Amino acid sequence: MTEKLVIVGNGMAPGRMLEELFENAPGRYQVTIFNAEPRVNYDRIMLSPVLSGEKTYEQIVIHGDGWYIQHGITLYKGHKIIAIDRNAKTVTSDHGVTESYDKLVIATGSVPFIIPVPGKDLRGVITYRDLDDVQAMLLAAQSRETAVVIGGGLLGLEAAAGLKARGMDVTVLHVMPTLMERQLDPAAGYLLQKAVEERGIKVVTKANTKRILGEDKVEGIELDDGRIIPATLVVMAVGIRPNASLAKEAGLAVNRGIVVDAGMQTSDGDIMALGECAEVDGMVYGLVAPLYEMARVAARHLVGDRSAAFAHSDTPTKLKVTGINLYSVGDFADGDGREEIVLRDATAGIYKRLVLKDNRIIGTVLYGDTADGAWFNDLLKRGTDITEMRDTLIFGQAYQGGSPLDPMAAVAALPDDAEICGCNGVCKGKIVSTITGKGLTSLDDVRAHTKASASCGSCTGLVEQLMSLTLGDAYNPAAVQPMCGCTELGHDDVRRLIKAKKLKTIPAVMQELEWKTSCGCAKCRPALNYYLVCDWPDEYADDYQSRFINERVHANIQKDGTYSVVPRMWGGVTNSKELRAIADVVDKFDVPLVKVTGGQRIDLLGIQKEDLPAVWADLGKAGFVSGQAYAKGLRTVKTCVGSDWCRFGTQDSTGLGIRIEKFMWGSWTPAKVKMAVSGCPRNCAEATCKDVGVICVDSGFEIHFAGAAGLDIKGTEVLGLVKTEDEALQHIVALTQMYREQARYLERIYKWAKRVGLDEIRRQIMDDAEKRKAYFDRFVFSQKFAQVDPWSERVSGKDKHEFRPMATVGFNQAAE
Amino acid sequence: MTMNWIAIGNISDIPLRGARCVRTPQGKIAVFRTAENDVFAIEDHCPHKGGPLSQGIVHGTAVTCPLHNWVISLETGKALGADEGAVRTIPVKNDNGALFIALESLALAAAE
Repeated sequence: MTEKLVIVGNGMAPGRMLEELFENAPGRYQVTIFNAEPRVNYDRIMLSPVLSGEKTYEQIVIHGDGWYIQHGITLYKGHKIIAIDRNAKTVTSDHGVTESYDKLVIATGSVPFIIPVPGKDLRGVITYRDLDDVQAMLLAAQSRETAVVIGGGLLGLEAAAGLKARGMDVTVLHVMPTLMERQLDPAAGYLLQKAVEERGIKVVTKANTKRILGEDKVEGIELDDGRIIPATLVVMAVGIRPNASLAKEAGLAVNRGIVVDAGMQTSDGDIMALGECAEVDGMVYGLVAPLYEMARVAARHLVGDRSAAFAHSDTPTKLKVTGINLYSVGDFADGDGREEIVLRDATAGIYKRLVLKDNRIIGTVLYGDTADGAWFNDLLKRGTDITEMRDTLIFGQAYQGGSPLDPMAAVAALPDDAEICGCNGVCKGKIVSTITGKGLTSLDDVRAHTKASASCGSCTGLVEQLMSLTLGDAYNPAAVQPMCGCTELGHDDVRRLIKAKKLKTIPAVMQELEWKTSCGCAKCRPALNYYLVCDWPDEYADDYQSRFINERVHANIQKDGTYSVVPRMWGGVTNSKELRAIADVVDKFDVPLVKVTGGQRIDLLGIQKEDLPAVWADLGKAGFVSGQAYAKGLRTVKTCVGSDWCRFGTQDSTGLGIRIEKFMWGSWTPAKVKMAVSGCPRNCAEATCKDVGVICVDSGFEIHFAGAAGLDIKGTEVLGLVKTEDEALQHIVALTQMYREQARYLERIYKWAKRVGLDEIRRQIMDDAEKRKAYFDRFVFSQKFAQVDPWSERVSGKDKHEFRPMATVGFNQAAE
Repeated sequence: MTMNWIAIGNISDIPLRGARCVRTPQGKIAVFRTAENDVFAIEDHCPHKGGPLSQGIVHGTAVTCPLHNWVISLETGKALGADEGAVRTIPVKNDNGALFIALESLALAAAE
């Protein structure tokens, strides 16, 4: 018979416990979870990257809704448990739900410590604990005003860096003389302070907050020494304490946290506790590694294995602020019988300190270069006698045993039980055996099966090296393919960071995202130029020198260096006046070839570059504008004749095609966009292999997308059916804008759609009217700046230099 | 051998990270201006399939050919990366913004 397991709290510790439980004894328990937060289980360690904009909430979700459904878990979101009745064995939520249990697990986590000063309850004073706090900070950061972070520890500094990245003026107040004094010695604390200050964050140490100023909303902070620091946002990040009040009210033994034994058992035999709320052997924990260890132990006990026991171990600390590397573990205070080895390189910003006792490492602090952290930690854990390598120890693993090892060889040299992932306690042997045993080939798979690098991610490099070692050439580390050789970042990261950090020029992107080249290359520059045009249509000045020649001179370069010219023919419709104008141009400029294109218009090939403005001038007089046949942008909207002429036509497909083209021409897109509208399912306009297509039917307009008829051949997918022409236009525009905002440069719609998922696109464009409207509005706004005919601009003299040689020299001499 | 410097215009005639071409009886020369305001001249004829290098994207001290993305060093005229080939470089003098090229050395592949 299944037993009823009720869990109070839905954080990372109980989430991990359930994973272990389902693996060891699937179906043994019927699980119910009460989560005071109105959401699923997410990776709390990664809140700082969400705050800084380097990750989104969706990316840090550990268990999506599907996981709960799959395991038959009842999850009450936004339900806080207010009472435990130990006699009746029930719990009751603040919404009045009562559930009975056979086993109860309390995982209420911790609450932020609020310093008891006047003004602590003012509006604008917040803590940093969960996603709601992050959202409150993001909202406040929109003002771009001043923020004060109280607390110069791990959390406080991450909050400060995040708020700074969001454009706020940030001051960190820290009560101690140096930052992160619990994890760093004063020397490293000093280096850290310098690095933080270099990012434009002010740091005040030895700062005692006297009170928070303001009427009903925070206005500033007053320190003990009388200094006043103005602030519109105050973040308290001075520490956490176990959230044990529920357990205490239920009469369980509570000290600092809920007292549990090494098997996570509370003073009640049917109730366990784990995570930050639990106190084991007088210790409470806040870092994820010991919490996951608790989860493992608790899961063992839930399946009847009484032998599992939690044991204390030191956990390394890392700071998640991009560009600042620090690592510390163990005990590094001065003391009798302790020796130390220190390496300082102030110019390079490197500081390494090893604390030794009896020829064994007992603590280490690394700043700037943390590559050897895992190795030092391994020596520490094993209590290895380092006498033999003492002379070279501080230089790291690469310098042991003769010639320096490359990073790959260093990983290869690690013993099987060396810990790779500190957060999840995964050792090298486990990773290697899982890769080979389960035939894993991608980083995501390894994360899913071993949890290695699945939490804070700082050991990702090590895990990838292990994959290379194990799989050899079979491992393709292209999980995130860098944009080009100028950066390690992939397109998606760059796009997100452009928005998050409000980067509005190509030099700003390259500076902030640490480009490795001075001015990029022919791969990244056009991509960045597009991303900036798309994201800041009104503010960004298009950089023509970062566009391919076709988009720079608004014609298609041919193999002999001449150009082709394609004027727009709206919906493929033309008339005698237009045709006469084209014929005149052909005669006047002696155009070698006139050809009808696949997109229902006319191509004039073999035009000399110098003649382009004159050709455009003549075409312009007849009303022609650029067909943008050269652009990563809207090309053509192909149509059939529709209900006006065709005996099968159900709607005015020609009219709709022209309307779409007139609405959308001029827009830049990640790759070319070709559309078509067919008046009936016979589909004469071949709409079902286009980027976006419409098939008219009696009941309305069936919108298609994600087709291809080039390198790949692929029929379209159906987006949905709409009733009116207006709706058809709105949906197509919204879809195109979604694609413009999300796709990677040169990624056609069908590839983008495959990557993000057809259902997700349908959900946002068909089902979510608000989102659709927002996309539509952003497209319309951007068109204000994009819908300028580039040909007439150039006829009027723009970019003259493009069409004339700089000089003609030497012909006189040659004639002699 | 004395250089015969021929004036071709001013540095401001060329866009930053851009190029212009100069017509000569022996063919076209591409004159480049880098982000650092250095000026280089090479024959306007990619060693691969003869693409007009003056129409490419300029980055660092290299240009990417608009036809098939070969990357050519402006300093040496040599193809970079895995590709092999070279174009002639032409001496260029920058006298306070006034630009001159030395024509003696011309014997260009790009016939015109």
